[in-house]
Amino acid sequence: MSTPGRNGSRNGYRTPVRYSALSLLRRGFSGEGWPLAWRSHDMKPGYDVVIVGGGVHGLATAYYLAVNHGITNVAVLEKGYIGGGASGRNTAIVRSNYLTPEGVRFYDRSVKLYERLAADLNFNVMFSQRGHLTLAHNDSALRTSRWRAEVNKLEGVDSEVIGPAEIKQLVPFMDVSGQARYPILGALYHPPGGIIRHDAVVWGYARGADTNGVHIHQNTEVQGIDVKDGRVLGVRTNRGDVAAPVVVNCTAGWASVVSEMAGVRMPISTFPLQAAVTERVKPFLHPVVVSGTLHVYVSQTDRGELVFGASVDPFTSYSTRGSLEFIEGLAGHVLELMPALAKLRLLRQWAGLCDMTPDFAPIMGKTPVDGFHVDVGWGTYGFKAGPVAGEAMADLVATGKTPGIIAAFDLARFTEGRFVGEKGAASVGH
Amino acid sequence: MILLPCPWCGSRNVQEFSYVGEAGGRPDPNTTMPEEWRDYLYLRSNTAGWTTENWFHRSGCRRYFTVERHTVSNEVREARAPAAQGSET
Repeated sequence: MSTPGRNGSRNGYRTPVRYSALSLLRRGFSGEGWPLAWRSHDMKPGYDVVIVGGGVHGLATAYYLAVNHGITNVAVLEKGYIGGGASGRNTAIVRSNYLTPEGVRFYDRSVKLYERLAADLNFNVMFSQRGHLTLAHNDSALRTSRWRAEVNKLEGVDSEVIGPAEIKQLVPFMDVSGQARYPILGALYHPPGGIIRHDAVVWGYARGADTNGVHIHQNTEVQGIDVKDGRVLGVRTNRGDVAAPVVVNCTAGWASVVSEMAGVRMPISTFPLQAAVTERVKPFLHPVVVSGTLHVYVSQTDRGELVFGASVDPFTSYSTRGSLEFIEGLAGHVLELMPALAKLRLLRQWAGLCDMTPDFAPIMGKTPVDGFHVDVGWGTYGFKAGPVAGEAMADLVATGKTPGIIAAFDLARFTEGRFVGEKGAASVGH
Repeated sequence: MILLPCPWCGSRNVQEFSYVGEAGGRPDPNTTMPEEWRDYLYLRSNTAGWTTENWFHRSGCRRYFTVERHTVSNEVREARAPAAQGSET
């Protein structure tokens, strides 16, 4: 029974309408409600693929499995609500100016996918490529910037070291005189970098996956993973057991806990990362500004709020409570860069969980357990990798072969000594 | 503010301390195979619950000690001088 109403109705799901200015206008005049963007389903006893974690990685994997490979008997299990974990807690920065060639190629593919994502998903993800500045306050930071710029250019990514005069043109109110306590010597400028609306990305992938037959189960917590003779058989949840020959761990913050259920130990430590947002003011800051030395990054949203992020907390924890110490330190660092913000008030602060790996690169691909794949270890760089990670993990599940673009990020690299050292570009440089 | 009870100095703000890592025995380098050694170097339990870990009182007595902490609530159950290996004398 379909009961059109202002908010749609629970039973009122139909084939998704195409979002457009015309349909907005039509429904605005007719008062007809919008259908739900994704449905709730009863749990089936088994699926071809079970994905643990309903964030951007899990939903993108499900979406690309359905769209690129026609595998639709897929369940995404989310213990809370979709996008409620790291996908909704990051600072929504997208960029590809990393340090290693493997990293640059990988994140560049993600930026390319993000550029056409709104059209692909018919969902406005508000990707704003406003440019990304990583400030260098000392010689070693400038050297790393040059290194990154050259690696980026070799991989075809728009990235260049610029001087104080050019920085002044991009951010006129920043003190580049050299008189500051942390003088600005230069910056790595990455024009394709920018910010995006992270909730919309999650919802867009959820809607796309649902349209193509994927089951999204919210409030469904995976409590165990059944493994026999080195093969995964399925998962145990608070809504019953689900059989599946392939289980993909797409969790962030809980990667070690979920992998441990399958008997796979991970080289991961979980740290909270705190962020904060101010009241809204008129637009004055165009690019994203990052300072590794000051452990801070700043961007202004389309609503005018300033979003501040930092580096991870100094000790491991699964707690997402904010602390006053963090706010004090953050405010001090922001004011070093932009003293004019002194009277701005903070609206709220929050924390997300970061699964840090020894080399600041993710862990993707097969594990010693047959059929149990991981897409984890996303530290502070997971959101920007969502589309490419989903595409690559879908390839892996569909073909059984590890795609070249993620080959360097396998779990075995830690025992074989093949690190992908991204610390110079990933530790604070969101 | 999270307080951490140093066995020598009493409860102090956690900012005075450095987190060292999960407590655990170091394998004997003479008999350990490279694979086990790398497991020891990189693999972590990363438990969501009670863990035993080492801390260093950086801005205090500058001594190491062992703490039992719940990583979800950050509640601390016990803090004690470290076991014989690696103890500060």
